[in-house]
Amino acid sequence: MNYNWNWRIFWEPSPNGTGNYLDMLLSGLVLTIEAAICAWIVALICGSLVGVLRTLPSRGANRFGFWYVELFRNMPLLVQLFLWFFVLPELLPRSWGLWLKQLPNAPFYTAVLGIGLFMSARVAVQLGAGINSLPRGQKMAGTALGLTTAQTYRYILLPMAFRIILPPLTSEFLNTIKNTSVAITIGLIELTAQARAMQEFSFQVFEAFTAATMLYLIVNIVVVTAMRYVERTVAIPGYMTGK
Amino acid sequence: MFANFDFDVIRRSLGYLFFDGMTFTLTLTALAALGGLIFGTLIALLRLSSFKLAARIAGLYVDMMRSLPLVLVIFWFYFLVPYIGQWLTGASRPVRVGAFTSSLVTFIMFEAAYFSEIMRAGIQSISKGQPAAAQALGLTYAQSMRYVVLPQAFRNMFPVLLTQTIVLFQDTSLVYVLSIPDFLGAASKVAQRDGRLVEMYLFAAVVYFTISFIASTAVRRLQARISIAR
Repeated sequence: MNYNWNWRIFWEPSPNGTGNYLDMLLSGLVLTIEAAICAWIVALICGSLVGVLRTLPSRGANRFGFWYVELFRNMPLLVQLFLWFFVLPELLPRSWGLWLKQLPNAPFYTAVLGIGLFMSARVAVQLGAGINSLPRGQKMAGTALGLTTAQTYRYILLPMAFRIILPPLTSEFLNTIKNTSVAITIGLIELTAQARAMQEFSFQVFEAFTAATMLYLIVNIVVVTAMRYVERTVAIPGYMTGK
Repeated sequence: MFANFDFDVIRRSLGYLFFDGMTFTLTLTALAALGGLIFGTLIALLRLSSFKLAARIAGLYVDMMRSLPLVLVIFWFYFLVPYIGQWLTGASRPVRVGAFTSSLVTFIMFEAAYFSEIMRAGIQSISKGQPAAAQALGLTYAQSMRYVVLPQAFRNMFPVLLTQTIVLFQDTSLVYVLSIPDFLGAASKVAQRDGRLVEMYLFAAVVYFTISFIASTAVRRLQARISIAR
């Protein structure tokens, strides 16, 4: 392969004047992590609400939950980001749209909102399945103890369901981290974008992408290890996941 | 609200959107699903084989692909495929490959990792007695896989494979980062040329939603039917 390898490229100064190429990649990594964590918070909050709606006895709530999930699941994430970024400001009243467009860091907020809502549909499905997988007796016991529906969810169903669905939630969180790279299309300079920029400046394609790959792998390992620890700590005694 | 929008731009560009864009998207989806399925099955068989080294390498490949964002993988292969072509053909310089070939290779390699996990789960869902019975009948390992295990595994995994294909259909929109005119790429080109971002992106969203929703509803029905049959 007639390709000029140059692994020392990372310590050469980058043309954007913010240190060397490694600093560039690391600043992208920080942005990736920040965006992923913020998006995950959005996903958890909205996803939990919708997930609960999908299990309530009310027909209206179920229907809302169904359409919410279908809407966010059946459009590519990229298209959803475009809707939030390009379309939403035009559909709002003029002054709001203008404010949105002038917002500093608009790609970051759009990515957080867009990816968060996209992932919330998946969280909702997981949580709904988790609640439905609980024995019926748990809900009845709550009612028998004189708890309201809200209290039953708050004290019995949700703590159980969240602990059961922790492993799938971990992989959804990993997906959230990976999905931040889609925000490259609306100008978020996260890890993949920095690797791409480094490739354009230095022509060292494979070094740049190898470094980004390594960083993504490290993040994965850290998250998986941390979540395994959390899973063990909150395991429900007597359940398979408790092993 | 829509007073100063020009929805006629959609009608004017329908030909380009569907004949060029959607054809590209659907062809890419179909070929990538097929290639991913074949390659994914091979990887799953390798992962389950008793040959430890092969199993380890296949596992590493799957874990690697699954921990990388698709956008990064698209970039990887976009730059890597010319070199692979050079290596395969023994040419003196990197081979020029078209946008389609490059993205097809990307999606086959990427989806194979996901398909192989589905296949592996499918193969492992077949009870141990089946391959044992095949062995008792005198079938070789390859024969028992070919005639006994895989047909059942495929059937069990069919709805999940279809769901993954719908995800693949949506994910092909990411070739946008290489400015390839798939459906979204075509919509986006028209949007930027005519300054009609709102109309075009709304239309693209509606089209993607309609196709995916119909497909996922059909898969749900199929799943319900299969689960009754068992």
